[in-house]
Order: sequence, then structure tokens, then C-alpha cells
Amino acid sequence: MSEHTHNPKAEAAVYAKTLITLLILTAITVGASYINFGAMNVVVALTIATIKATLVALFFMHLLHDKPVNGLIAAAGFLFLGLFLMFTLLDFDTRENPKPFNLHPQVAAPAAAPAATAPAVTPEHH
Amino acid sequence: MSTSTVDLQQDPHGHGDDGHGHDDPHHQHHFTTMEQQFDTSKIGMWLFLATEVLLFGGLFVGFGLMQARFPLEFKEAHEHLQRPLGALNTVVLLFSSWTMVMGVLSARTNQRKKLVVFLLITILCAFVFLGVKYFEYSHKFEEGLLPGHFYKHVGDKIQIDGHPSPGYATFFSFYFMMTGLHGIHIVVGIALLAWIAVRGSRGEFNSNYYTPVDLVGLYWHLVDLIWIYLFPLYYLIT
Repeated sequence: MSEHTHNPKAEAAVYAKTLITLLILTAITVGASYINFGAMNVVVALTIATIKATLVALFFMHLLHDKPVNGLIAAAGFLFLGLFLMFTLLDFDTRENPKPFNLHPQVAAPAAAPAATAPAVTPEHH
Repeated sequence: MSTSTVDLQQDPHGHGDDGHGHDDPHHQHHFTTMEQQFDTSKIGMWLFLATEVLLFGGLFVGFGLMQARFPLEFKEAHEHLQRPLGALNTVVLLFSSWTMVMGVLSARTNQRKKLVVFLLITILCAFVFLGVKYFEYSHKFEEGLLPGHFYKHVGDKIQIDGHPSPGYATFFSFYFMMTGLHGIHIVVGIALLAWIAVRGSRGEFNSNYYTPVDLVGLYWHLVDLIWIYLFPLYYLIT
């Protein structure tokens, strides 16, 4: 309720500017999707999405002038999502053969060189 | 009501009004002030929104992993989604977020009529969003672009033993799961918006009490925020 002190007209102007910025960013991200940045495609799209999400959170959801505890809760939600994503990707990226062996025939046939020592189990190189 | 009793005893005028809004019918006795009551409700709402982020977050992480596992299939499958329709829905939701925040401002500044008008435009935007989504879904159904073993589409490039790679069905499993869960949130949002529009038209909100408008607004912005990530991930990234 601290927003009571704000001038409603000035506040409405901030919301209008936020909307226009969000629409411009949407146009930019759609335009950028027709350009091929290679591996950077994901980075470009998600960076613009994060800028848009931040604008929504700060202005439309009032986090900029709100009690810090609400921003802290929001940040904690995204922090734990980040941890979830990071450790899952770490696990995924450090595996030799992340594909289920029965889906892609080309990875289902491992080299049979050390067969003398190991029994017939799908080898995993860690 | 014990505090009110104390106030009555201490107040020489016998009004029981200590200037903290105890006269407001919305003021619950276990809160000292209306402001404390408002802040408490808001913290509760933010905690709920954090759990929503994690609910969708699990699906986003799963989508990311499957995208890494089937990059070629996902790239081909995403070509079935129509970029202009996704962009249109993005614009509709962003605009509805603006009408929502203007509704909250109207409630806070005692503008009953403007509050109801802004809420009705927000509801209209939500229906436009669902209409576009219906059009997209029926198109997918016709082409057999369905989740899991319902996948019936023919002509995919990557075939394994004469069957399309499971990557295609996986893409549409995530597509329907994530946009569907988001769509359910839109439907719930419509119900909530209608509820506060009715209450607003009865003049139940004013600068002293507009908590439901503010909290429904936060919910609606979160639904918009999730779409801000769904749109590039599904429609744009090749």
C-alpha cells in the first residue's frame, strides 16, 4: 500500500511504457528468430525472454517498489529452478551415452575390443 | 476482537477507532492494521507463485533435456507450430497484462467503472488467447501431431525401423503438457477475473481494500510471464 503516495497518472505512464517496451522486444525476438545465429539462437531468444520477464516482474508485478520480502521469495523460486536445471544438465552432459540404447541403432553397437575381461554388459565410460 | 475492546476502553469518545482502519468491514481482527493484512496476503501469494514457477520449471527442465537428446527431431517438429499465431498470442497476453495492471490501479484509486472495464478487456483477451489455442490444437489433431503413442503423423525425416523417431512424439507430449497446463491457468484466471469484476461492480473495492484485485493481478502476470518463456522455446528456437 506504499504505492498510495504515487501519482496515478505517472504510474499509468510507466505501465504504458512497459507495455510498449514489451511489444518492441517481442517484435525483436520474432525478427531475430528468422536470422540463424547457430548455437546462439537459444541464448538470444532466452536473453530477450528474460528481459521481458524481468520487466513484467518489476513493473506489472510491482516488485520494484514493493516490500523486499516479495522479491526475495520470487528470486528464491528462480534460484531453486536454476539449481534444478544446473545439476540435471551436469548429469546429462557428463554421461557418455545419454540416449536410450534401443532408440538409436547406431549407438547400440559398442566396440567389442575389451570383451575378454568384461561380461556382455553395455559398457559405460566414466 | 480483544484489541477493539481495549480500544473502546481507552478511547474517550467511545468510537473504538484508533485510526488503523478498524472500522473497515474487511479488516480481520488478528491483524493490527489493514496494511499489515494486505502485506501478509501478498507474501502468501508470492509463496504460491514461487511454487508455480517450480511446477512449470520441472516441465521446462524436462523439455530442455529432451531437446538435447533429440535435437534434430525437435527442430523438425517445431516447424509444425505457426510462428505468427504464437506471436499473436504473445501480444494478446502482454496487452491483457497491461489492462490487468491498469485495473489494479483503478481499484486503488477508487475508479469503480474503469476497474470493471479493464477487467472485462482482460477477460476478452483471455478468450482470444484460448480461441487461437483451440485453432492451433485442432490443426495438430488433424495432422496426427499428438503426444506419446497417439502420434500418427506421417512423412517425418528421421525414421527408425519404419517408424518415426520417438523424438517427435516426445516433442508433442511436452508441447501439449506445457501449453495445456498453461491453458488451464488461463481458464482459472478467467474465473478469478470474472469473480473480482462482479465484486468490483458492486463497489466492494476501494483504496483501503483491493487485496483480491492485486493478488489476481499477480497471478495473471505470472501466467503471462510463463508464456513469455513458452513462446520462444516452442515457436522460435530452431
